[in-house]
Amino acid sequence: MKEGQVRIPSGCAIAGIFDRSGGAVSGEEAIRSISVMHDRSNGLGGGFAAYGIYPRHRDCYAFHLFYDSASARQACEAFLKDRFELVSLSEIPTRPMAEITDAPLIWRYFVLPLPARLSAGGLDEEEFVVRCVFHINTQIDGAYVFSSGKNMGVFKAVGFPEDVGRFYRLEEYQGYCFTVHGRYPTNTPGWWGGAHPFALLDCSVVHNGEISSYDANRRAMEMYGYKCTLQTDTEVITYIIDYLCRRQKLTLTEAASVMAAPFWQTIDGMEPEEQRTARYLRSVFASQLITGPFSILVGFTGGLMALNDRLKLRSMVVGERGDRVYFASEEAAIRAIAPDLDTVWAPQGGCPVIVRLKGGQQ
Amino acid sequence: MAIRFLYPPYEVVRNEGRCTVCRLCERQCANGAHTFENGRMVCDDAKCVNCHRCVALCPTRALKVVPSGHTYKENASWSGRAIDELYRQADSGGVLLSSMGSPADYPVYFDKLLLNASQVTNPSIDPLREPMETRVFLGARPQTVRRGADGRLADDLGPHLTLAMPILFAGMSYGSISYNAHQSLARAARTLGIFYNTGEGGLHEDLYPYGENTIVQVASGRFGVHPDYLRAGAAIEIKMGQGAKPGIGGHLPGAKIVGDVSRTRMIPQGSDAISPAPHHDIYSIEDLRQLVYSLKEATQYQKPVIVKIAAVHNVSAIASGIARSGADIIAIDGFRGGTGAAPTRIRDHVGIPIELALASVDQRLRDEGLRDRVSLIAGGGIRSSADVVKAVALGADCVYIGTAALLALGCHLCQSCHTGRCNWGIATQDPRLTQRLDPDVGCQRLVNLLTAWQHEIQEMMGGMGIHSIESLRGNRLMLRGVGLNEKELAVLGVKHAGE
Amino acid sequence: MSNTTLSAQALDFQRLNEKIRAAGAEVCVRDCCGQRFIGAGLGEKAITLYGTPGNALGAYLDGASIRVYGNAQDAVGDTMNGGQIIIHGGAGDALGYAMRGGSIYVRDSAGYRTGIHMKEYGDQKPVIVVGGRVGSFLGEYLAGGVLVVLGLGIAGPPAGDFIGAGMHGGKIFLRTDRPPAGLPDQVTASAAGAEDLAEIEPWLQTFARCFGTDAALLLGSPYTVLRPNTKNPYKQLYVAN
Repeated sequence: MKEGQVRIPSGCAIAGIFDRSGGAVSGEEAIRSISVMHDRSNGLGGGFAAYGIYPRHRDCYAFHLFYDSASARQACEAFLKDRFELVSLSEIPTRPMAEITDAPLIWRYFVLPLPARLSAGGLDEEEFVVRCVFHINTQIDGAYVFSSGKNMGVFKAVGFPEDVGRFYRLEEYQGYCFTVHGRYPTNTPGWWGGAHPFALLDCSVVHNGEISSYDANRRAMEMYGYKCTLQTDTEVITYIIDYLCRRQKLTLTEAASVMAAPFWQTIDGMEPEEQRTARYLRSVFASQLITGPFSILVGFTGGLMALNDRLKLRSMVVGERGDRVYFASEEAAIRAIAPDLDTVWAPQGGCPVIVRLKGGQQ
Repeated sequence: MAIRFLYPPYEVVRNEGRCTVCRLCERQCANGAHTFENGRMVCDDAKCVNCHRCVALCPTRALKVVPSGHTYKENASWSGRAIDELYRQADSGGVLLSSMGSPADYPVYFDKLLLNASQVTNPSIDPLREPMETRVFLGARPQTVRRGADGRLADDLGPHLTLAMPILFAGMSYGSISYNAHQSLARAARTLGIFYNTGEGGLHEDLYPYGENTIVQVASGRFGVHPDYLRAGAAIEIKMGQGAKPGIGGHLPGAKIVGDVSRTRMIPQGSDAISPAPHHDIYSIEDLRQLVYSLKEATQYQKPVIVKIAAVHNVSAIASGIARSGADIIAIDGFRGGTGAAPTRIRDHVGIPIELALASVDQRLRDEGLRDRVSLIAGGGIRSSADVVKAVALGADCVYIGTAALLALGCHLCQSCHTGRCNWGIATQDPRLTQRLDPDVGCQRLVNLLTAWQHEIQEMMGGMGIHSIESLRGNRLMLRGVGLNEKELAVLGVKHAGE
Repeated sequence: MSNTTLSAQALDFQRLNEKIRAAGAEVCVRDCCGQRFIGAGLGEKAITLYGTPGNALGAYLDGASIRVYGNAQDAVGDTMNGGQIIIHGGAGDALGYAMRGGSIYVRDSAGYRTGIHMKEYGDQKPVIVVGGRVGSFLGEYLAGGVLVVLGLGIAGPPAGDFIGAGMHGGKIFLRTDRPPAGLPDQVTASAAGAEDLAEIEPWLQTFARCFGTDAALLLGSPYTVLRPNTKNPYKQLYVAN
């Protein structure tokens, strides 16, 4: 049974590396960091999101696709060509490894929406791209878009995360931000699409924990046109963030206080102006409150946000050294690649840690 | 002497060895079941409604009420009840009139739904030591975030109700129940941080101070409805229908329109209070919008408006129309809901169970993209905290309880409200009877009940790893069905246990 | 500012009502065209309207007076508690539904279900006087107050069918000497006596004064008065179960 047909609770390890100066972070560092937390994964899923890795095609949407078959690729490419200019396309380079088996066809496309298509649909560019992604994932059998942002990419597979990193030759990639996920699903996901990170446009999420509010969140997001095909927490959290930040134009901080809303008791004790905002967000976006354990790293163009659930039921450590900021489920994963840190701390439950590139987006 | 076709269903058994002939039972029974004759107490079983007042108060526990054991020659088609009702009508030519919720044997879906709990993959939360939020906001929510010129979020939440737990007292009019019952509900609502509902009989002037915890109802009879009344409450409920008697109006006999009831309803003493079947200014969905906005205009948009409907066949489409008609909150009343009086045939044969109605309405509102725009109250058949949790998981923001609240006040479900001789002082206006319900005691018993329920709700939420009630709302993965067929599971939107 | 003139043109009901509430003691609104709920729940205020005000004009009215130069639509004076509405034209259906106090004068005709479920209490006694004819179900469920239908300039009967269905209080006056056919059992019709006429005289005078009708004609006409013979019309309907 494929993930998506059944809901699979999972545990995990997560890690992230961010360079505020825009300096190069290598995939190798991310692999080394996550490998320290080997025992938090069980070999049934691993993946990476990397930002700033495609500077030559920075204006194009970089689509990463899994295909079950050549015919699925043909169908998908016909769909894409009808809507996008395909600036470049190729298979994603991989390294044959004993640990990684049953690989699908893995392709990468740098695309630009066709202006005529855009104006005909009356949608803004991002909404157009989102709809195309949903179309491929739900309507084209055997094709699955697992990365769709600009100047960023997701790489994932069934396997331990360090093996997945080497499989994708990530030591050859450099960017300003990497997030990593090692998965511990209770059941076999059956295909690679179930691995994490999960991404939509440039927003990617790695997540640790099984949330209790899943079905309340899912049913709310499906009302707004999102299709939760994977039945995973990470998927629905990604959609919540997309809905709050892209569609409702909330700031990340506001989105964080929706997902991990302050307790009423805390709100009741706030100053009037702050209380008004908190009450508003919690009331209007009650369906987007996430309860149950989670720690997430949300990657986006030019920044990274870490957030724990408000009861802090999952671990998360942040370390800083100069312009570098490190995140991980365990401090050891940070120390393995940055033994000397200026500071290291565990963020409070519900309090987002947001880091951004100096001087804005790259 | 006329032939007596009916035999009493109950028998009052007196332990003569314990009876001290104190005659308390005689004084307590407004139905006149007990009398003193020739130095001893005798009982006319035909007058007993099995309300247990005498049993509960007998100082020597000399009394009990048992089934009389009488039986007709029943068969699978003709139950004793069917035969009994037929005789009543043949005797009188009258429409059968009953009280309280339907006793008929239809499935209770709450009893076929089981709740989830966390094991290993995520933690249960300890409700006694960790935060466990049951606070609920009811009201319309803006669909798009707006900001002022300074970038701050616009304060356009609109009027809301804030509840400390997902429970409200359902509308029960002053007139159908006593002033002391109303006062008990009002005071308990204030203590608990929830709301009670006036029902359609107006708001007694002495209860205006509880306005912040009051929902004022506007029904087709418009009894006691005037601008001050509309402004007195925290919210206004338009009662379109009631689960116990969908599609028909109400009728409080003139005998109950006495004293303060008359004053509160603003109709003369002794005059029948007739609630038309429809609101005669609402014959169509666009007319509902008109009534909703007329109330909003009259209260200058300060009060959320609830529209209450009975759970009927097409309830989800109707609810969707209501959500598009300016209502801030929709209340759905299932067919097991109580009533002070309803034609038996209507009560027992019209409407659908709240569980199915609620599941269907919640899903339809989602399909239509409206669910976050309105709040949803489910009522009619909520008996325990488990029912509350299941209702919320099916999709309700909160529930109405009516019968459960009356039981807390002492109601013994004798289903004789329509007689006006409630020995417990609840469904009566007879001063001799109403003074039996002490509002101090009544309030405390309601507070006790819901405090206990709140703890139980928190326990169940904690077990599921949910520490905020909004994360339970519509969270149907927390439910599994047992003994339900595919169609029932599909309507409820839940999986079968084991899936 | 005690006297304001507004134009309703291009105003939706919400903004128009805000302006009316904000205006002084007397406000005149021109160009009404369908705006609902004008004057809803208002106490002290005198409102003059030109054009066609929308439905639920003067709903929950609580003492204010409204004068309309034009036709009003449905549900005028819905659940009205006090005040006065004078319409120099006709009115639609459900005029004065569930009205408890105050008075409504309509120069021309009104629609179906006029004055249904009106009730009176204490010193509150609602009154509706309609100059022309009214549709069926006049005074359905009537529990109190007075309905007067004058049938001025009308050839046939002044009211439609099913008059006083469920009536259990109040009175209905029809300016005719022919009792309507098909009255329900609990409603009795009789020729209005001197006492009855004395009761309605002030309202007839007001009507005549408002609309320039000949008071002598109104006062000199024969009236049929309908009364309920029970306050409990449905008592015999039910049997306890």
